[in-house]
Amino acid sequence: MTDSVIEAVDVVKFFGKGAGRVQALKGVSLSLACGQLTLLMGPSGSGKTTLLSVLGCMLTPGTGTVRVAGHSTADEGPGGLAKLRRDHIGFVFQSYHLFPTLSAVDNVRLALDVRGVHGAAAIDRARDVLEIVGLSHKVNAFPDELSGGEQQRVAIARAIVGNAAAILADEPTGALDSENGRAVMTILAQIAKDLSRTVLVVTHDPRTVPFATRTIHMEDGRIFSEE
Amino acid sequence: MPLILKLASRNLLQDRLRFVATVVGIVFSIVLVTIQLGLYLSFERMVTTMIDHAPADLWVVPLGTKCFEDPSLLDVRDRAKVLSVQGVTQAVPVVIGFAEWTVPSGGTTPVFVIGSPDSDAGLHPWNFVQGTLGALSGPHAVAVDKTYFGRLGVTGIGDSTEIRDQTAQVVAVTSGIRSFTTTPYVFTSLDGAQAYMGTPPTKVSYFLVHVAPDADIGGIRKGLLASLSKVEVLAPGEFRERSRAFWLFGTGAGAALFAGALLGTIVGTVIVAQTLYSSTKDHLNEFATLRAIGSSSLYINKVIVCQALLSAVIGFSLALGIDLAVVKMTAESALPIVMTLPLAAGLFLLTVVMCVGSAMAAIVQVIRIDPGRVFRQ
Repeated sequence: MTDSVIEAVDVVKFFGKGAGRVQALKGVSLSLACGQLTLLMGPSGSGKTTLLSVLGCMLTPGTGTVRVAGHSTADEGPGGLAKLRRDHIGFVFQSYHLFPTLSAVDNVRLALDVRGVHGAAAIDRARDVLEIVGLSHKVNAFPDELSGGEQQRVAIARAIVGNAAAILADEPTGALDSENGRAVMTILAQIAKDLSRTVLVVTHDPRTVPFATRTIHMEDGRIFSEE
Repeated sequence: MPLILKLASRNLLQDRLRFVATVVGIVFSIVLVTIQLGLYLSFERMVTTMIDHAPADLWVVPLGTKCFEDPSLLDVRDRAKVLSVQGVTQAVPVVIGFAEWTVPSGGTTPVFVIGSPDSDAGLHPWNFVQGTLGALSGPHAVAVDKTYFGRLGVTGIGDSTEIRDQTAQVVAVTSGIRSFTTTPYVFTSLDGAQAYMGTPPTKVSYFLVHVAPDADIGGIRKGLLASLSKVEVLAPGEFRERSRAFWLFGTGAGAALFAGALLGTIVGTVIVAQTLYSSTKDHLNEFATLRAIGSSSLYINKVIVCQALLSAVIGFSLALGIDLAVVKMTAESALPIVMTLPLAAGLFLLTVVMCVGSAMAAIVQVIRIDPGRVFRQ
């Protein structure tokens, strides 16, 4: 594997047709390397979520290239993109997107189940990861029995349980108070320290800046600045 | 429990009222299909019950006979011609037809009379629960089935009444000899049957032909056709098929039963499809999340198909319980509903196909799902 887990070169993305056509990304180039926690910041409509979707293999670029662990997304269909996500990427969402009918441990092992890992091995692995995020005492709790911060930690456990090389987080602290937000960012920073992971966090939250190794600002579909 | 099954079952049970409605729909559908097909099987058996129990190698029947109950008649003198064909050992005359049975308490009811000489080679009742076949050789002696006691106004051996102003005394009682027309069968001697129906002594309905062991049936059939006019010679299987075809399809009875079964299947399919579709819509975000975390289409389809199969298994189990109760309740009635192992297996297969087929609309919806919607929710 190269040092760069995800690499985007001159990515352009349009949405819509005719007069309603909008250019969401205007030639974005970006490389996410192992060991980094990168913040992607910018105003609403700046193209952050579109870039996250393209880097996360949910969308393919109109022009330009995206490579994930060395694999180009250019010619992949929905099945191929799903495989890239399954093999290399873990997601954390603002509203957690946990399954309300499944316990914490089942929510986490779902990410293993879709990878073909079943049974006791999957349960043990899910429990271990819940311990990493500090929820070993809540493995059998259902989402409605967990606080927002705890739910987000379950979501993080789900994102990392499959040993994804890249963790992409969309506003992970957006629905949390400062204490829980800080706890979540601490966990994400720890994950980034593992040299096999890169973490990209799309955020508006200035409280996340101290946790970053790198901050990228977007505006109007372009990378405006990088610190 | 496999996680996929757990997810499917919890998706189903999350809205219990909707799940109950689904199961009720499946149960209703399968019970309806069972009743229709069970009646069809029952009719199919009853239509040919006399042919099945007649000890004949060949039947000589009037030309154009459509079924066992056909009222056409043969000339009794043809019997000698039948016996003259090489290889024929016996030609037993049988007389059948409808007559009016006087109910002792008042009024009359139609009955179907079957008369045959008291030789072993004739068409006689079976499954005796009272009396014996030998008793039928006496004058005015008749045998009836206990299923029809209420209709006939009798309670057992010794009761007597009249058929076409002639005495008829119950000397034997059978069990389970039922007519698909629900008209009671009345067995009697050949002379008695002719008298009860007003059939001239020179006329009979059929000849049951018995042939010598190892005889050439095809050759005997040709010989019979050559020596008789205005008759047909049928093997039991041919007569059976002809009767079945007439009653089940010629009259439209079978088509009506199949139409009912088809209606039940359609109703069940629509109910399950509607439920699975709305359940899938309610869980779209979860399916989008599954897509986002990299699950294949196959995995998601498995979740939906598991939901369909769970509905099928639970619905079928309940329906089977009701079906067996219905079968038991109707077993002694004039219109029994028959359940066989192949029918039960077929119904289970139908339930599975119906439920999995119903999942298609939901699967199509999920296949089109945009995993990116998880960022917008």
